Amino acid sequence: MPKIKLSENTVQTIKSVCAEFDNKESELINVLHKVQGKLGYLPAEVQEVIAKGLNTSVARVYGVVTFYSYFTMIPRGEFPISICMGTACYVRGAEQVLGEFKRQLKVEVGESTPDGKFSLNCLRCVGACGLAPVVTIGEKVFGRVAPTQVKEIIAEYRQGCASENAKSA
Amino acid sequence: MDVINLVIDNKPVVVKKGTTILEAAKGIGIHIPTLCYMKLDDLNIENKPGGCRICVVEVDGRRNLAPACCTDVSEGMNVNTHSIRAINARRTVMELILSDHPADCLICAKSGNCDLQNMAHNLGIRKIHYQGEQSHYREDTSPAIIREVDKCIMCRRCEMMCNEVQTVGVLSAINRGFNSVVAPAFEMNLDHSVCTYCGQCVAVCPTGALTEVDETGKVVRALSDSAKTVIVQTAPAVRAALGEEFGYEAGTLVTGKLVAALRRLGFDYVFDTDFAADLTIMEEGTEMLNRLGRHLAGDKEVKLPILTSCCPAWVKFFEHHFPDMKEIPSTARSPQQMFGSIAKTYFADKLGIKREDLVVVSIMPCVAKKYECGRDEFKVNNNPDVDFALTTRELAALIKISNINFRTLPNEEYDNPLGESTGAAVIFGTTGGVIEAAVRTAYELHTKKELPRLNFDELRGMEGIRKATIDFDGTPINIGIAHGLGNARKLLEEIQAGKSEFHAIEIMSCPGGCIGGGGQPYHHGNAEILKKRQRAIYQEDTKKSIRKSHENPYIIQLYKEFLGKPMSEKAHHLLHTAYFDRTE
Amino acid sequence: MVCNADEGDPGAFMDRSILEGDPHSVIEAMAICGYCICSDTGLVYIRAEYPLAIERLKIAINQAEEYGLLGDDILGTGFSFKIELRYGAGAFVCGEETALIHSMEGLRGEPTVKPPFPSVSGYMGKPTNVNNVETFANIPVIINKGAGWFNKIGTEKSKGTKVFALAGKINNVGLIEVPMGTTLREVIYDIGGGIKDGKEFKSVQTGGPSGGCLTKKFLDTPIDYENLGAAGSMMGSGGMIVMDEDDCMVSIAKFYLEFTLEESCGKCSPCRIGNKRLHEILDKITQGNGDLEDIERLKVLSNVIKDTSLCGLGQSSPNPVLSTIANFENEYLAHVLEGKCPAGQCKSLVHYVINEELCNGCTLCFRNCPVGAITGERRVAHFIDQSLCIKCGVCFEKCKFNAITVN
Repeated sequence: MPKIKLSENTVQTIKSVCAEFDNKESELINVLHKVQGKLGYLPAEVQEVIAKGLNTSVARVYGVVTFYSYFTMIPRGEFPISICMGTACYVRGAEQVLGEFKRQLKVEVGESTPDGKFSLNCLRCVGACGLAPVVTIGEKVFGRVAPTQVKEIIAEYRQGCASENAKSA
Repeated sequence: MDVINLVIDNKPVVVKKGTTILEAAKGIGIHIPTLCYMKLDDLNIENKPGGCRICVVEVDGRRNLAPACCTDVSEGMNVNTHSIRAINARRTVMELILSDHPADCLICAKSGNCDLQNMAHNLGIRKIHYQGEQSHYREDTSPAIIREVDKCIMCRRCEMMCNEVQTVGVLSAINRGFNSVVAPAFEMNLDHSVCTYCGQCVAVCPTGALTEVDETGKVVRALSDSAKTVIVQTAPAVRAALGEEFGYEAGTLVTGKLVAALRRLGFDYVFDTDFAADLTIMEEGTEMLNRLGRHLAGDKEVKLPILTSCCPAWVKFFEHHFPDMKEIPSTARSPQQMFGSIAKTYFADKLGIKREDLVVVSIMPCVAKKYECGRDEFKVNNNPDVDFALTTRELAALIKISNINFRTLPNEEYDNPLGESTGAAVIFGTTGGVIEAAVRTAYELHTKKELPRLNFDELRGMEGIRKATIDFDGTPINIGIAHGLGNARKLLEEIQAGKSEFHAIEIMSCPGGCIGGGGQPYHHGNAEILKKRQRAIYQEDTKKSIRKSHENPYIIQLYKEFLGKPMSEKAHHLLHTAYFDRTE
Repeated sequence: MVCNADEGDPGAFMDRSILEGDPHSVIEAMAICGYCICSDTGLVYIRAEYPLAIERLKIAINQAEEYGLLGDDILGTGFSFKIELRYGAGAFVCGEETALIHSMEGLRGEPTVKPPFPSVSGYMGKPTNVNNVETFANIPVIINKGAGWFNKIGTEKSKGTKVFALAGKINNVGLIEVPMGTTLREVIYDIGGGIKDGKEFKSVQTGGPSGGCLTKKFLDTPIDYENLGAAGSMMGSGGMIVMDEDDCMVSIAKFYLEFTLEESCGKCSPCRIGNKRLHEILDKITQGNGDLEDIERLKVLSNVIKDTSLCGLGQSSPNPVLSTIANFENEYLAHVLEGKCPAGQCKSLVHYVINEELCNGCTLCFRNCPVGAITGERRVAHFIDQSLCIKCGVCFEKCKFNAITVN
């Protein structure tokens, strides 16, 4: 993977998060949450700084990052799309909805579109089973999504007028 | 003492409370198969993730099968280790493991020595009923170690060694579920990591997932090149372990047959790294006495304790993890490199050949030596002092390929001048040996008196960290010994904190020292093998007529003819080195 | 003292609703529990995916501290108790208590062999009590109203009430709380309002991904721990997913396996590799490539995985497979023997065909087909090119004349 250079500012941000948690190795997951919250993702270079800050090995940090699905090493798209694959959504056709998103965006799960606009992910139950199948884009929740609606949902976001027309839950 | 009564396979057993089913069964001759489990007694090394589930047994009253390796016995327990349910489960689990394994046994480097292969054989696996997708990973080749992760079965032994024992922290389990595997961060190559190449991951890997880089082919090519003079050196620990590869009991010394085999292989001269070990003592011992003398004279600038520097994995370890302390270790090169340096100058001159026409091969108990001989500071005009380092295992393979019947070989002697050595050099092969050898020489050089005794039992043993005070005729010298890098780290942190009381510390990366090196015949989790090798090393020492390095006549001659005196400018140039900060 | 709020079961969200609706009940119970076991610290391990629950819990903790119900010397009793939050990061296996504890210690959430149980050696090696949100939320009520009151609710062995997350093909979805011993029929038809679109009830899956599927014959079974267990399912977290005649039970088993496959930590071989193989066999069957031997292999392998896995995840992950085979063996047989999916769900076994007599050529399907597999002209019967069809079912849904049939 191509090396990215972290700005001094970013490095300081990460270091101060580590310090906030007393540079304790056992706080690794809390640190990762906070850093991902600030930077959006956890590229290798960031993990290296965290490892140093918590005085642990970078292999251990990477082992933790790759264990938990909440952590990502890929920058999320401007509009992160998540398809709920909980059981309730599944039996109401979430798989078909996911398939349609994949086709329309030409990306696989876990990937972003080349223009950085959309990223596609699955998640397990947002606790909105009554609206199944559920899709979330950013903070917005779309309920009872049918595969036929996918094209227009994407189009709305492409045109940048998503929030007004979105069928919010 | 609390005791527990239980029944295993219809046999009543009484064991101490806290015993596992596995141990209790072993005590009455019932061998429950294990795969991920590994325990090295006396070395405080244990791997018990309870992950492979091969050792499952049936326990009355339990809903599911119990892993014998990590289930403690309880009063009245009734265990069946070979019920149809247990056997079926064990075989099915084995089939599952094999279903995600390349099973290329015929051409695998580990074939014949593979715990997985043995286990499949012992369980009588004839068909894999559950075929499916297999994991595929990029092969990773470094200067010393090859990772073929497709063969990883997630026993986590290497991860335990790398993190808990060695505290190097290169390997970790990554990803999860079917995609989980043990790898360096970001699945980077080992040579981009802080790996020390200690090879302890290789030493404990039950499959062919971790092996050393095979350089036997290069050696065979050199041997068949008539334009080259090819010489070989053998490290002390090799003679105490090579026999195992040919069916000898662990701890059998095969020095004479080793020499004979190397001669049959076609080496022009068979020399001994032990000679260079004596030389190391001259240089390192002198350096130690210099620093000590200055310290005793009240010099505040002098850096103490002095740390040994024979072990290349240890050197790389402190270069990565303690670069601020790189002035503390002795600047003396390791015996392997001293040998190479002297061979390509002094000995090449004697033969009247150019260094480029002399090929130096070393036989080492170690995989890190492969990396060490490739370090730039040990090359002259890009020609390395030591061309190839083979492990004990590779030598055994080479002997087998060359149709040499090892067991019928006669005992032969090393060639001179670089083949003569003392008992002090032999004990380099075990933890505590280098410092004992140094004490034997430093004492006499310092006090100008003869040592009242030659065996220093207080420096011997298998304890991870050992301490002793040796009386240098009125001056108490505090000595520390650590084997295993985790133990070394503890002593280094003491030094960093200014709390160290030691004058000198010996550090070896591998548990047990070189006898437990990553290039030795596989111990398969049996610590008894290491202890037997250690005993053999001390036995070889007592057999030697000369047991102090400074009394080696060829060493005396080398200084007279070539080097001048220890720490001379020439010695400095050829036998000493510098260390680098590798944090960036 | 740990509160497990890592509600990972897909389709279950009762913990979330408690934490969002009445976080104080949990805080109070944790303090009581801390008092009982002489613990001064409570940790709540909560899913990071529940931002609202986290926010409300934080507010509630602050309020409790302001009122002196948390903190030093609570109400002058000399007892001190504080509550801290720890965040999960998306790993279902962390619902297992040893994995949860490792996760709180900043490690990979891999379970370890018990014993030692957390009550002996848990968080940072200290004795640790781990309970679930719903369990805690029950405590204050029981203490206030007395055990006698609580014992009156429920069945002989399963006391009190249980919250279920009712979802799937049912008219009223959502959380319900019923006394133990209520029958499935009451839950599904009286509370749930029956099956959606008047379809036929087929099965209800209880207990989340580790539970089992129950059939019609269990509709009048009173729900409690014992009965669910005896029927081959479990209470689990209380998820209850209702399925109708359109659901293929082989696909459902496969769906659950997909979940465990993704959520297996990978530490032990039966769960890591065994579930993968189960999933592959199920996939083969839904593709129409299975045979009778595959069903047998599913059974044998499932039992070994249950028998040998390290933690509860692997020990129960084959339940959906075993229970669907036990209750819907006919569906499996239809897939492997006749190459048919009775529910018409398995794409590989399904063909969408246009009935020329019913098709009036309205072009609706033609215009909606995402891959252009449908050809035809206006007012002329259309035709589906099977080699192009991706079986998305859009045409079937769009057709207003029931002209498209599933074979």
